[in-house]
Amino acid sequence: MDLSIFDIVGPVMVGPSSSHTAGTAKLARIAAQIAGKNFIEVSFGLHGSLAKTGQGHGTPKALLAGAIGIYEDDEKLRDAYLYAKAKNIKYSFYEAELDDCHENTVLITFKYKNGKERNIQGSSIGGGRIVITKIDGTDTNISAECPTIMLTHKDIPGMVSEISRVLTESNINIGIMRVSRKIKGDKATTVIETDSVIPEDVASRLERISGIINACVINPAYKEVQ
Amino acid sequence: MYNTIEQLIAEAKDKDLFTVIVENEKQIQGKTEEEIWKSLSDRWDVMYRSSHKALYSSQTMVGNLISGQASKQEDYSGGKTLCGLELNHMMSMALSSSEVNAAMGRICAAPTAGACGILPAVLQTAANHLRLSQEMIIKAMAVAAGFGAVITKNATVSGAEGGCQAECGVAAAMASAGVVYMAGGTAQACANACAITLMNCMGLVCDPVAGLVQLPCSYRNASQSMNALLSADLALAGQDPVIPCDEVIDSMFRVGKKLPMELRETALGGIAATPTGKQLAKKIYN
Repeated sequence: MDLSIFDIVGPVMVGPSSSHTAGTAKLARIAAQIAGKNFIEVSFGLHGSLAKTGQGHGTPKALLAGAIGIYEDDEKLRDAYLYAKAKNIKYSFYEAELDDCHENTVLITFKYKNGKERNIQGSSIGGGRIVITKIDGTDTNISAECPTIMLTHKDIPGMVSEISRVLTESNINIGIMRVSRKIKGDKATTVIETDSVIPEDVASRLERISGIINACVINPAYKEVQ
Repeated sequence: MYNTIEQLIAEAKDKDLFTVIVENEKQIQGKTEEEIWKSLSDRWDVMYRSSHKALYSSQTMVGNLISGQASKQEDYSGGKTLCGLELNHMMSMALSSSEVNAAMGRICAAPTAGACGILPAVLQTAANHLRLSQEMIIKAMAVAAGFGAVITKNATVSGAEGGCQAECGVAAAMASAGVVYMAGGTAQACANACAITLMNCMGLVCDPVAGLVQLPCSYRNASQSMNALLSADLALAGQDPVIPCDEVIDSMFRVGKKLPMELRETALGGIAATPTGKQLAKKIYN
């Protein structure tokens, strides 16, 4: 039996719906980790079933809660509007018609003080599981079930060996590694899934490699000590 | 390695059912028995709390369709009843988790959020009645989850795919296997209880009013808890459901797929499509 008993008895979550509440909260939480901290405004474009029945399942609250770092098993989620207000974060929701995507999809836009904007799109695919499908318009496939590193780098020889050198130094075992690119010799994206929690400093150490444009670390279940 | 109930029962021939399921978990997760036990205990803790939270204080939620159900049943359970104190208290606990879930409280899905009231209510009722420890509750919970894993693998636990029989029905089937184990029944008796429970709710549709996980979901949590317990007693008495458990699971899946879309969590049929149900939906979304 390759299914875990904890997929059956679990997840521990705030109700009422694993896809519309817990899943959307996780989706927004991971999206915020990818987009980066200290955004001042966030907007959510709700597609399909999330737009239609989301209200009754607390989807807007769940999304906002996730974006400001509240976990999907934390009853604080119910009061997301208050917490967002306390953090001075503006938020809005709108109905979006997104192309070629899962019924439960949302496009999240984070805005920063310097005018920068980041767009993350993803779907809540049931049972609290999610997938991030687009980052700033570029297709990706990140389920955030294990710690993940996302890299944008030049498409040049030796990148993979440099990346793995840094990970070896931090004693990180690579579970899955996907390297992809659009144009030969231009930019490439590498997504690495690991078995253990990735230390914060790994991102900056990866960015020091010549040729790496951006490094982002996602530790989906890891709770920072407050 | 097991993928069916028949294989699971075969592996439990000269091993304890709990051990078989935990050994499998150790293998696929790469975790120790202590870690698995800790996770089970943590989840039990969440289940216990959700099954008690609404007994004495009603929860508020969107639409408030089921607000106060658990406390009403709990108040009644101590008086002159038909099913007696224990069974009424079991229903109160099932209603409590349902209420907490609807009110955006913390619950443990088992196997889904909408069916989260059944396992905690049934396990506690049986353990209290048999005067068993919490350790036995946790073991029974793992056995229930083991059965649930096989059902999820070979059929479905999604209301959108298989109707309420796949959510509350499967929760009840898991719980009945768990309490038969708790009562000292054989692995075969656990499988029989699982089969009988599913037979008893074959074809149950998913028809939530206004698409909210409230009505009739909470009553289904209460009634399927009863189904779990009575099916467990039938199996413990030595009843033979004749049809093998795996075949019953397969038929549940087939029936689910044959259910029209209106009766699979779309809020377009059944109780949701009654004049009053539609009126409530209109009121809630305007």
